[in-house]
Amino acid sequence: MLHRRHFLQYVAGGAALAGAGALPAWARSSSEGNLGIPALQGNRFDLTVGTFPMRINGRATDAIGVNGTAPAPLLRFREGEEVTLNVTNTLETDTSIHWHGLLVPFQMDGVPGVSFPGIRPGETFTYKYAVPQNGTYWYHSHSGLQEQIGHYGPIIIDPKDADPVAYDREYVLVLGDWTFGDPDCLFAKLKKHSDGQNFQQRTVGDFLKDASADGLGSALEDRSMWGAMRMSPRDLADVGAPTYTYLINGRSTADNFNMVFNPGERVRLRIINAAAMTLFNVRLPGLPMTIVQADGLNVQPLEVDEFQIGVAETYDVIVTPQVAEAFAFVAESIDRSGQAVATLGPRPGMRAAVPALRPVPTLTMKDMGMDHAAMGHGEMEMDRGADAPEAMDHSTMDHSAMAGMDHKAMGHAMPDPHGPEVQMVSVEAPVTRGPGVANIAAMPVTRLDEPGIGLADVGHRTLTYSQLRSLDPNPDTRTPGREIVVHLTSNMERYMWSFDGVKFSEVTKAIQFHEGERVRLTLINDTMMPHPIHLHGMFFDLVIPGAEASGHLPRKHTVIVKPAEKLSVDISAEHVGDWAFHCHLLYHMAAGMMQVVSVLPSERAMPMADHQGHEMMDHSKMNHDEMGDEGMKP
Amino acid sequence: MMRGITLCALAISVAAPVFAEAAEGTSPPWSMADDYYDADEMAEARHHVLTHHGATREVYVMADRLELQSSDEGDALVWDGNAWYGGDINKLWIKSEGAYSFDADEIEDAEVQALWSHAISPYFDLQGGIRYDLEPKGRTHAVLGAQGLAPYWFEVDAAAFLSSDGDLTARIETEYEFRLTQRLILQPRVEAELSAQDIPELETDSGLTSLDAGLRLRYEIVREFAPYIGVAWQGSFGGTADYLEAAGEESDRTMFVAGVRTWF
Repeated sequence: MLHRRHFLQYVAGGAALAGAGALPAWARSSSEGNLGIPALQGNRFDLTVGTFPMRINGRATDAIGVNGTAPAPLLRFREGEEVTLNVTNTLETDTSIHWHGLLVPFQMDGVPGVSFPGIRPGETFTYKYAVPQNGTYWYHSHSGLQEQIGHYGPIIIDPKDADPVAYDREYVLVLGDWTFGDPDCLFAKLKKHSDGQNFQQRTVGDFLKDASADGLGSALEDRSMWGAMRMSPRDLADVGAPTYTYLINGRSTADNFNMVFNPGERVRLRIINAAAMTLFNVRLPGLPMTIVQADGLNVQPLEVDEFQIGVAETYDVIVTPQVAEAFAFVAESIDRSGQAVATLGPRPGMRAAVPALRPVPTLTMKDMGMDHAAMGHGEMEMDRGADAPEAMDHSTMDHSAMAGMDHKAMGHAMPDPHGPEVQMVSVEAPVTRGPGVANIAAMPVTRLDEPGIGLADVGHRTLTYSQLRSLDPNPDTRTPGREIVVHLTSNMERYMWSFDGVKFSEVTKAIQFHEGERVRLTLINDTMMPHPIHLHGMFFDLVIPGAEASGHLPRKHTVIVKPAEKLSVDISAEHVGDWAFHCHLLYHMAAGMMQVVSVLPSERAMPMADHQGHEMMDHSKMNHDEMGDEGMKP
Repeated sequence: MMRGITLCALAISVAAPVFAEAAEGTSPPWSMADDYYDADEMAEARHHVLTHHGATREVYVMADRLELQSSDEGDALVWDGNAWYGGDINKLWIKSEGAYSFDADEIEDAEVQALWSHAISPYFDLQGGIRYDLEPKGRTHAVLGAQGLAPYWFEVDAAAFLSSDGDLTARIETEYEFRLTQRLILQPRVEAELSAQDIPELETDSGLTSLDAGLRLRYEIVREFAPYIGVAWQGSFGGTADYLEAAGEESDRTMFVAGVRTWF
């Protein structure tokens, strides 16, 4: 049953729509009462995937969407019920729908070639599954690059019991990045000139500015360090504006998506990043946000002024505007080449002041896994104990990347600040070095206590992952028995993206979990870019140094791994099946940054006996002191 | 001309099988969905998802320089372009360059290369194949070279050529880009030709035979299309210069150039 206030809102929206004449919902402007995305609710849904013309930013374009809308309709489920979704494909190519974050049986997960064969042209496929959870989620195509041009939509699952989050009205905000060109063509362009979509490179003018500010020598040294690595400190996003037009619910800033409120109301914003390639910085200038949910699961309320949302992440926030003024909801792309701005105002049709784009951030040597002081001298001089990373976990250190380093100076003499409580077996595949791997982060560090890239100096409160705590106690607090280490690898110049240096097309064996086991997945980002990493069918319990014993670790379906970051997530492998595991940046996935995690049924599972072709290393029994102050020194 | 086309066709037919990259081994890497869906359909979908996530191939065509050169010696139309087809590691490259003289109303230089290119490191490809000279004299060469991006962002293309007459020559090109704005780019370019021996019929002496240095300023209206203007200097050295001077020609010249750089 709908809450009364939800019901009122939808009735109001519907009445306005009915009066808007023959125009389809997507073509109506907010002044005609289109306050959101068309909603469907119940237990049975008929969804038709097709292509149709639409207008974005005043320009005609073709979209692939569901039931004639892009974004696709809002699907509203109720926790504990069973839903049936008949998906008909009217495209000339295969399609699919993946239910992002939903704990469905794997054969209903919707990834062609992994969990089902896909939906052929003209075919209707019936998804049927129980809904054991509640919260904000979304759905999208897992076929080709359809996700880029509209084949994505929001899901809200209302809780079967009282919602711990109180609110007077709610809006769904689906963020997107639109290209008016063919996505396959865009991918091909990236393969040919990987930096071609970046219009924010450092110029000769920037060099002169730096030289006058910091001195010629310093500016030259900086250019020479980046030049020696053949990497760009402005490599924040592979594709930015003007190639992309940024969208909120399918609307650009000019199209001004409109939300209304009465002063003093608690307004719940359900923010979903459904973009293909764009992480967004989200803020409402002058209005603090209280984060109440992340990736569909409630978190302890946390007030911030801004947060960065990775592709495929969701955040629910409460805002309580007290004055009858129009507020801007700003979704700024991580590279600050563009933004989408919507209006939250006391009356429909208002237009909030659009803030100027902020200066483009520049990456530092820290983002390359190098410390500035250690770069450009031809050798590693890491004789700086005090600067050693806070949470260096020796049980999981990447020894393959450590040749040429002084172990003692890296902090082996220091006690592990988090104690030796995790005595698990670590499984780490050697990274396949070759043309696809340009760099291995020499000193990956934890960056959970940092806000998103570019948000360190914005002058107000920004979210860090380390601040998040789940509202509910973690359902599984067992210590993992195994750790699997995966490197995120790339060669930006050739636009090659992979895990452990192996593209998906080269994979010969899936990563294997065993039903019932608690496993730690450690991700090391050897690239210069943040990657939103998503594992289907399971939640990540984000291991926050110092909060492991809290029992309230945030649980996420998608986690951003920052450049040169090393982070760990603990996973309860409960649902048997083959599950896709990939970077949620669409073209990174298309280039090969994908794998499959097979959760093997317990009767077939042989924990510890199966090495998966990985090197088995029990670091707890290894004597690090003997490993080589002599042997490993340059 | 026909010989050149035949050689290209031969190179393609030899190269084609090498493109096949095995996407699937004998046992599938996962197969649990086979219990719910038709196993053959799943096998086909599995092959598709694997090849479309990392093994796609592209076709690339680029006119790096398509320009009019104007100097005291006369005007010429010069082209320098390439094309490739392939994946991340293996590609078939076609390169061609040449010059048409308006004064003489003839093609003075023209060559085409068909090369097998294999990525040997993150930034460099090893390239080997054949070069056929359409003008002058229809020589054929075996080619071995390396192309890629050197530290500090220098684009490098270096190749050695062994002709059917047994003459060994080499060519090294390097380019750099100064980004004046996001779309206005100043590109210095140097190309050096070397020869291991005196080749009288080509009027080329051993050693550094010629140098071509240019400075081009282009504006990328879109990344794929950029008109440019610039200056270039061409000079010959040693015995090669003597050959030219003996024929009553200048051993060096300065030119104004205007053209387009385009790719798709």
